[in-house]
Amino acid sequence: MPLATTDKVSLFAEGAVSTARLIAYLTLAMIVMVIDHRGSYLERLRLFASTIVEPIYRAAALPSDVARAGSLAIATQSHLVDENRSLREALLLAQVRLNRMSALSAQNDRLKKLLDVQKDLGLGVQLARLIDIDLDPFRHRIVLDAGSAQSISVGQPVLDAHGVMGQIVEVLPNTSVAMLVTDPTHAIPVMIERTGLRTIAYGTGSIDRLQLPNIPISADIKVGDALVTSGLGGRFPAGFPVGEILEISNDESGMFAAAIARPAAALDRSGEVLLLQDLPQPVGPPAPLDAASPDADRDPDTSGHP
Amino acid sequence: MNRRRAQLLIFSCSFLLAFLLQLAPLPATFLPFKPYWVALVMIYWAIEAPERVGLGFAFLLGLAGDILTGQLLGEQALRLIVLAFIVLRFRSRLRFFPMGQQTLAVLALLLNDRIVVLMVRGFSGDPIPTFGFWVAPVVGMLAWPFVFLLLDDVRARLRAQES
Repeated sequence: MPLATTDKVSLFAEGAVSTARLIAYLTLAMIVMVIDHRGSYLERLRLFASTIVEPIYRAAALPSDVARAGSLAIATQSHLVDENRSLREALLLAQVRLNRMSALSAQNDRLKKLLDVQKDLGLGVQLARLIDIDLDPFRHRIVLDAGSAQSISVGQPVLDAHGVMGQIVEVLPNTSVAMLVTDPTHAIPVMIERTGLRTIAYGTGSIDRLQLPNIPISADIKVGDALVTSGLGGRFPAGFPVGEILEISNDESGMFAAAIARPAAALDRSGEVLLLQDLPQPVGPPAPLDAASPDADRDPDTSGHP
Repeated sequence: MNRRRAQLLIFSCSFLLAFLLQLAPLPATFLPFKPYWVALVMIYWAIEAPERVGLGFAFLLGLAGDILTGQLLGEQALRLIVLAFIVLRFRSRLRFFPMGQQTLAVLALLLNDRIVVLMVRGFSGDPIPTFGFWVAPVVGMLAWPFVFLLLDDVRARLRAQES
């Protein structure tokens, strides 16, 4: 190659990078990954770097906040009037429901006292707003603007007005990350409200689908049945709406029925969420010690299994 | 040196912007179409300023990306190292490719990156993503000419100002 001789780097030479360095760095990256997979140091590192991470999260959310504020500012009057009217109607409806609920709750209290039930699931809730950023489109995580400074802890259930959204999996000083019920690694113990049949709803990775893969074939289950949390597993308190059965079919083996459900919570719309403060009373065996299973905090879904 | 400082400013700002774009929210329908901005910007700098972008830099950049968005520390580091290595190895050819050919090369790089992600996720036991997973590299390819021309233009303006 007579042309390339004058040049410092020839067209096909190794140039500035050698394969040895590549292998060294690849090994380093893999070691870091394996160590992190074992001990999940990333969350601790993120906690440590939170003074840098959190401002960047806020900055990334800024354009959409500005856009939202802008669209609110230029919304036409008629639109606002319409919205106002519909909100008024909704409020009225909610008020009526609330009144009925308070009557029911009073009755419930009476019955509970009659049954001499000691523990009462008081609903201490905390409002948090979504920070509108996207961590990874293939993992269903949301970032909330409340963290350990607001006494949020890992495992707290996240709800919206319509039902269960997910649970907190990671807490930073002023933000926290929640896993949605539709995340493919999430599972939530549920109960068919009509019949009391217990089962587990798994996330599918699509925002409007949950799957219930192992229902006994003889079970009484219909399209339109409501799913509520069963309270087993000790992570989610019982009785919150989770979804509604959309379709039922047999699974491949023919041994079980598999159902698809639509989540009740508005997972892709909610701007504000509720965080339940009092975790339900733990049921079942005590949590394993850290030394026994270092992965215990890595996959919060396993604690959701009954 | 004032000029060096300005160059460094563009360099770091472009990466900061790439991270912000990576985190910026999109309507749910468009989410899978989001290109890997950080990789695009890194490919540009690896082609134009290889003295700044080495494998070590790619490693650190990937760790920063993991702290911001990642699930597993080291995943993005691995991806960016692979990308940087290929770009640096073929840099002298990539540089003189016409834009169309360069764009196709970027597509190949990004598809390769997807395969690396798939391997990492396979090993860490994550579920295999859906079809939309493979669309992002195509969008990244479409975005490449704009990234390239924008950064080139900014640098050219700086140079014009200097002389």
